[in-house]
Amino acid sequence: MARVYISSVIGAPADRIWQTVRDFNALPDWVPAVRESRIEGGQPSDQVGCVRAFRLQDGGFLRERLLALSDYDYSVTYSILESPMGVENYIATLKLVPVTDGDRTFAEWIAEFDCDPAAEAELVAAIGNDVFQAAFDALKARFGS
Amino acid sequence: MIRVVRSTVIDAPIAAVWEFLRDFNGHDRWHPIVRRSFLEESRRTDQVGCVRNFDLQDGANVRERLLTLSDRDRRFRYTIVDADIPLHDYVAEVELKPVTDGDRTFWRWSSAFNTPPGQEQELAALVATEVYEAGFAAVRSRVERPSAGERQRREAARDAPAVRPAGGAAIAGTAIVIDRHGGAEELRSARTEAPPPGPGQVRLRQTAIGVNFIDVYCRTGYFELLDTPGIPGLEAAGTVVDVGPGVRHLTPGQRVAYACPPLGAYASVRTMDASPVMPLPDHIDEETAAAALLKGVTAEFLLHRVHAVASGETVLVYAPAGGVGRILCQWANRFGATVIGATSTDEKARVARAAGAHHVIVPGEKSLEEQVRDLTDGRGADVIYDAVGRDSFAHSVAALAVRGHLVSFGQASGDIGSQDISVLAGCSATLSRPNYVHYTDTPEKFGASAERLFDAIERRIVTVEIGQRFALEKAADAHRALENRATTGSTVLIPAEQGEAES
Repeated sequence: MARVYISSVIGAPADRIWQTVRDFNALPDWVPAVRESRIEGGQPSDQVGCVRAFRLQDGGFLRERLLALSDYDYSVTYSILESPMGVENYIATLKLVPVTDGDRTFAEWIAEFDCDPAAEAELVAAIGNDVFQAAFDALKARFGS
Repeated sequence: MIRVVRSTVIDAPIAAVWEFLRDFNGHDRWHPIVRRSFLEESRRTDQVGCVRNFDLQDGANVRERLLTLSDRDRRFRYTIVDADIPLHDYVAEVELKPVTDGDRTFWRWSSAFNTPPGQEQELAALVATEVYEAGFAAVRSRVERPSAGERQRREAARDAPAVRPAGGAAIAGTAIVIDRHGGAEELRSARTEAPPPGPGQVRLRQTAIGVNFIDVYCRTGYFELLDTPGIPGLEAAGTVVDVGPGVRHLTPGQRVAYACPPLGAYASVRTMDASPVMPLPDHIDEETAAAALLKGVTAEFLLHRVHAVASGETVLVYAPAGGVGRILCQWANRFGATVIGATSTDEKARVARAAGAHHVIVPGEKSLEEQVRDLTDGRGADVIYDAVGRDSFAHSVAALAVRGHLVSFGQASGDIGSQDISVLAGCSATLSRPNYVHYTDTPEKFGASAERLFDAIERRIVTVEIGQRFALEKAADAHRALENRATTGSTVLIPAEQGEAES
């Protein structure tokens, strides 16, 4: 089981960042690697069980299912149904935690998955740096760091 | 139910922060609100279920039980067992998360509790600000890397003319030198020079030097700590003359003290590694520091770390009128322990009682162990601090309570020699042979001990009595007095040549 853990501190209150992050269909708005997204079957993007189908800037196509959404914990958990990355049993959670000392937010993004051991290091680095950290950098650019 | 949540980001790697926090009983080393803390029932600090029993600065006592501890999640939870503060059903959680973006640490401290009606806000504010936020600030000040600006300010301060070494000239002074191991007559007064401090060094003008029995062992060669020719002595206090490059915690003119190897304290001027040299608080004068530091730090780790003495325990202290013994009696008494002193004369018994021994036993018709059992309804002593050695070892083992702890920290009467450890099975005894060095060999360890000692001196839990002052040149007389057991309290050497001109 491979694991990716990336965390950061973003210079805005958690509830403000959450408005952007909780929309399961909004990846193109804040994740630089994502070009376009839609929710299958016309379901609302906060309906647990809904599936987002989205395309990356490099043309890659993914489908992910919303497994859990918590407005109370500011957390979203999802699994990959289909991707070009060669991962199995991929489950990820993005969570925001308020930092009471200053109007800041601690953000963490964790993914766990199975893959070909030979590809693991490269996948962990790619998901961690090019997706999760790049997305946090985009949030820091928008909300402050 | 009231919930309090506070969180912050500490600019230090998570391992550094966790090292501070996972020590459930270590909060009195960093949290400003905690005056002192000990673990009940001699449990380990990372033993889930252990109870830390601590006093706040205002005197309130709190007992808290460790409910969970996870090194994987860097998280622990604890609950108040009872407290002088009306926080009911209080369960708190401390959790650290790594901030991978910048190698920092996210720290969240939260709790839920009930209070008497009307006190909700006041107690929530107390917990949030005086406990959690004050704790954040205290740990931050200890682990954070200095910011670029702060580093620059410090560099500038170090480069200011006032802190430049004194023109590369050595300072002349007096030292006591031993050319060969032997009797007190081998202590010879000689000229010495303290060179300008190199990187990481400090140069001191010493105003008081502590004399300890270990100095006699070094002089005779019993301990192989002193290569001849060499200067003995482990502790002194004085004033910083100047500091070498890279020394950040000391400034010229500051009053300081140390108590550590390498030897060389019997001197009026000294250039040495700066890291074990610590600034003195205003309320500790230099003679007190030189008289108390080594003995007091020894007592500190014996009572807090080797064995965490708890209220209700029976503590047996040998030589209760001696330097370390007196402090052990004073401090153990304050912990709520029953203190028994074992000494040889009525005069020393009087000193021991004055220091806080509830009972004093002297040699008589009954053996030491019989006397201890008479005083404890047959139970024996829970912990025994024994620096006598050869003559006392068997009596100490026999005087222990079931699962008692014998702490052997010296051998004034001679080597203990080989012992059959199966005798320890008679009461499931624990035997410790602590070495001062291992409790004091980093500035953090030594500083934590010394701070606790200074605090105990300030609050007069520990009092320092200087029984003898000798001129530095008369060090041989001081040793003779010590060896003839003609001293009371601490002995210090005072260098004569205060303020001698630089050469």
